[in-house]
Amino acid sequence: MTAPTAPAATRRRAAVLPIPAGAGLARMVVLRNITSFRHGWIALVTGFLEPVFYLFSLGVGVGALVPHVTTDRGSVVTYAAFVAPALLAASAMNGAVYDSTFNVFFKMKYAKLYDAMLATPLGPRDIAVGEVSWSLLRGGLYSAAFLLVALLAGVVHSWSALLALPAAVFIGFAFAAVGTFATTFMRSWVDFDYITLAIQPMFLFSTTFFPLSTFPTPLQWVVQATPLYHGVALERALMLGEVDASVLWHVAYLLALGILGVVGASRRIERLLLR
Amino acid sequence: MTDPRQAVPRQPVADDVLVRARGLVKTFGEFRAVDGIDVTVHRGEAFGFLGPNGAGKSSTMRMVGAVSPVSGGELRIFGLDPATDGPAIRARLGVVPQADHLDEELTVEENLWIYGRYFGLSGRQVRERARELLDFAQLTERARHKVDSLSGGMKRRLTIARSLINSPEVLLLDEPTTGLDPQARHILWDRLFRLKRQGVTLVLTTHYMDEAEQLCDRLVVMDHGRIVAEGSPRNLISAHSTREVLELRFDLDDHRDRLDDVDGVGERVEVLPDRLLVYVDDGDAAMSAIAGRGIRPLSSLVRRSTLEDVFLHLTGRSLID
Repeated sequence: MTAPTAPAATRRRAAVLPIPAGAGLARMVVLRNITSFRHGWIALVTGFLEPVFYLFSLGVGVGALVPHVTTDRGSVVTYAAFVAPALLAASAMNGAVYDSTFNVFFKMKYAKLYDAMLATPLGPRDIAVGEVSWSLLRGGLYSAAFLLVALLAGVVHSWSALLALPAAVFIGFAFAAVGTFATTFMRSWVDFDYITLAIQPMFLFSTTFFPLSTFPTPLQWVVQATPLYHGVALERALMLGEVDASVLWHVAYLLALGILGVVGASRRIERLLLR
Repeated sequence: MTDPRQAVPRQPVADDVLVRARGLVKTFGEFRAVDGIDVTVHRGEAFGFLGPNGAGKSSTMRMVGAVSPVSGGELRIFGLDPATDGPAIRARLGVVPQADHLDEELTVEENLWIYGRYFGLSGRQVRERARELLDFAQLTERARHKVDSLSGGMKRRLTIARSLINSPEVLLLDEPTTGLDPQARHILWDRLFRLKRQGVTLVLTTHYMDEAEQLCDRLVVMDHGRIVAEGSPRNLISAHSTREVLELRFDLDDHRDRLDDVDGVGERVEVLPDRLLVYVDDGDAAMSAIAGRGIRPLSSLVRRSTLEDVFLHLTGRSLID
């Protein structure tokens, strides 16, 4: 108060910075979610089982009809080995999107959880970072379990598959961030149909179940623009041992998406709740 | 009785201003929810914002709680600017919002623990503190229950306990007893009295006159975003109303028809839909005077003036419509 210019300068800086304030306490938001999740551990089981069911249904079932697949990088593998990395990427996406849309919407609109948090030193950035981190933690757990099953099923072909776990967490990050951002625009549960509309075709067509070369060229461009395509391509390269420089391009795409999501989400939370 | 507020300085310092607003404004688009108010809250006092719904009380509270940007004027809490020092301010505040905003997915004790962690307190600290606060809120037996099994009054007490987890210097309560039954209200008032005695500064909003009179050392009456009166409940009543009020009910649709009957009996008369309020210093004398005129009301009642009368006089409207 003795130096009236100092607060004014701080305020100006706060207005210029695109990222809203936080108190560096995002981990407490994660802690809250862990505490809450201990009461509902059944959700953890279902989240793990889904991709495993897919792996056996497609890998073993469809794999009997389609013995071998030639990947876009030219190697010939069993169908189970082809589809496993894609399922890992897709389940990372699904888990992250479910968490960051339905759960976040409920907390924001109905439980008013974030209003309670914002009355404490926590800021919008803590909430955005905390929610996304939690989503990653949970997604990481699913991915690790899935990888173990894939390893036991004999569909992991390379030591670079060790990187498939951090890659899955990274894919989860990109989707959780964008999912949280999108959720801040939701007005009611009806709007969630838009999420399904975006996720379902991506799950089916982002080279999850067949190679990119199956598509005509113009459609190949469309597929390559989707985020899940980059997630699938990244996981496939790592699990089949086809790592090259293009992996960096997939990483860059997902990183940009994630940053956009986190910044956008924290700004929206600030606008919605700190009125 | 456990003391949940150990770290409070007990003796108020002469110039210990905790909240200071000058020309404070809050706008939402064209609408001016708070229209240039001056407020000063000192350490250790219980300060109230009294007014009807939409008077700007909650908007003011949100600005003081450093969760709503100031649209104009100046606001300092603990001498700090909420625009730049929000987290530092909120670390020293306790907030009891109008809707409890409890974490329904957690148990009663987990609500206290986790909320404490939001303030950066350690796991050991919050457990210790939660034990004291559960005792204070008379919820120890419910510690492991889920929140949604609690009654409205219990939830409110839990919300107050939660707001005390960081040993706040100021407790902000937005309509603390709205929606509670009379018994639950009295239990809550008792808890707030204890806090006040322990030296916690209380800032509360209410549209209940009895609540304001019970709890507040000093209050402002708000209407349409402005402050229309300020003072202690007693001073406000003596400045803006008479000592007593004579309430008269007649058997008719419009009580205005009976205005002439009571003309000159009191200082002034207010017409409500169902009765006349005659403002007088001696209610019984006024009753006799009216009886002397041969007027027989359906019922009559002499009572002391309340803040409701102050509000009616200042704004021409009842507090609760």
